[in-house]
Amino acid sequence: MKKEIRISGFGGQGVALAALVLGKAATLYEDLEGVMTQSYGPEARGGASSADVILSDAPIAYPFVQQADVLIALSQEAYKRYRPLAKKDALVLIDQDLVQPDNSDSVKAIPATRLAEGLGRRIVTNIVMLGFWTSSSGLVKRENMEKALEDSVKAKTLSLNLKAFSTGFEYGRTRERPHE
Amino acid sequence: MTRPAVLTGKHFMHGDHACAEGALAAGCRFFAGYPITPSTEIAEHLAARLPEVDGVFIQMEDELASMATILGASAAGARSMTATSGPGLSLMMENLGLGVMLELPTLVVDVMRGSPSTGLPTLPGQSDVMQARWGSHGDFAVIAYSPWSPQEMFDLTILSFNMADLYCVPAILLADEVVGHMVEKVTIPPEDKIDHIERKKPSKPADGSTYKSYLVEDPDLVPALPFAGEGYHIHLTGLTHDERGYPDMSAETHDHLVRRLFEKIQKNANDIIRVEGYELEGARIMVVSYGCTARSAHSAVLQARAKGIPAGLLRLVSIWPFPECIIRDLSKSIDHFIVAEMNLGQVRLEVERVVHRDVIGVHHAGGAMIPPEPILAAIEAVAK
Repeated sequence: MKKEIRISGFGGQGVALAALVLGKAATLYEDLEGVMTQSYGPEARGGASSADVILSDAPIAYPFVQQADVLIALSQEAYKRYRPLAKKDALVLIDQDLVQPDNSDSVKAIPATRLAEGLGRRIVTNIVMLGFWTSSSGLVKRENMEKALEDSVKAKTLSLNLKAFSTGFEYGRTRERPHE
Repeated sequence: MTRPAVLTGKHFMHGDHACAEGALAAGCRFFAGYPITPSTEIAEHLAARLPEVDGVFIQMEDELASMATILGASAAGARSMTATSGPGLSLMMENLGLGVMLELPTLVVDVMRGSPSTGLPTLPGQSDVMQARWGSHGDFAVIAYSPWSPQEMFDLTILSFNMADLYCVPAILLADEVVGHMVEKVTIPPEDKIDHIERKKPSKPADGSTYKSYLVEDPDLVPALPFAGEGYHIHLTGLTHDERGYPDMSAETHDHLVRRLFEKIQKNANDIIRVEGYELEGARIMVVSYGCTARSAHSAVLQARAKGIPAGLLRLVSIWPFPECIIRDLSKSIDHFIVAEMNLGQVRLEVERVVHRDVIGVHHAGGAMIPPEPILAAIEAVAK
């Protein structure tokens, strides 16, 4: 098993934190190999930016995503830029209020930003999306993602983050079947 | 919250942070530096961490002062370090030579980016290999290791400190932007499982003016230099000096001193050198690589083996001193050497020097990590 996962959006949407939580859950709690890379250039500040994670059950040599198996897009610009670089049959997750996918593209959609706003803080959109990915992909166990979340966010924001994760997870679980 | 110096356990850790944690685990309590991409996260992390363990962090006015300051800290007995990238390494060169001449152990971490000049600040390169070896004026030898993962950013930082202390010489960690900025699993062992080598101590107590700091009595050619402030009369100068450390301008003293500085590394090379071999059995084609590029080389070699091509990988964990004997021995059974590196042939020329024949280079000037494909193509081309 080897999965290349790209989380993309515009600068400030927390794509790097989402990738870090995902990587931690897989490598520290699931015993998978994992590597995270992100863009450090000017493109990381505003515009379309991405954070990438590769997960595998074998050691990972080349650490960069070549053709993503999973694309999470939190902005139209990110979708436009990264969709053509991902596999044709990639699992594509979008924020349905922010991304208008191509007609031919089969995507899984969630109003992540709206759901985060409903919880009181738009800033947890990335974590809603992470919950949605967890139930849609079935790749990493929910409790391990939650443990990684605990390691990664400030204690005073933990309950909000866990709520955001759960919101995204349940949205996916009740509306989508796991990706084959 | 104050954390301990050694964060024993499993982490999903950024390469630069792993280097900083390796330094703390090695007992480094003094950092002086000037931030520069892609090494900045080392300084940033130590600025937060050193005060937690009663250490000192100083942001200097520039790299010249940074290098001078870590030498001063070393003269007083501290494990000291700085972190920089190519442009900063250039500015450190004069005082790096001073460290060699004074025989003061310290660690310079160079997270290499695309060069020359300002080059590509946020993108990788591996083109400071020869600068590490020959960048300061004069004949000298240094120790340099090249990590290929965040785990090795931790492990080789510790090894670099130990080797620097053992042989009283500055060590250089030749990392690259890919390894510095990637996040991967890092296991930090318990504190009592971390190797720690102390610097050689003077065999005589401080008793006035009789101690000769630079007198060499051991076969390893390393003097027992006292720390400043221990009561010994010490004299440190970049001028050619005698066994007391006093200036001595004679040709004999100069030749004797410079030869010893050179030979103490050559003589102990087998102890310093680290290489790792992969798929060596029956190999007729040998890829030599280091740092991030060795990851692609490993992948290429495994793909070649899957196609029935007898390829192997020699990964240089240490680059300086150069593993001449190991490569020369290997060359007896190897038909073709290929060197893969993110520069235009710095290590390839070293391999050619050692094996006395043409070596194929897979080179890129930097800006993006060399992927496995061109290395595999080079293997397949010679396998035909």
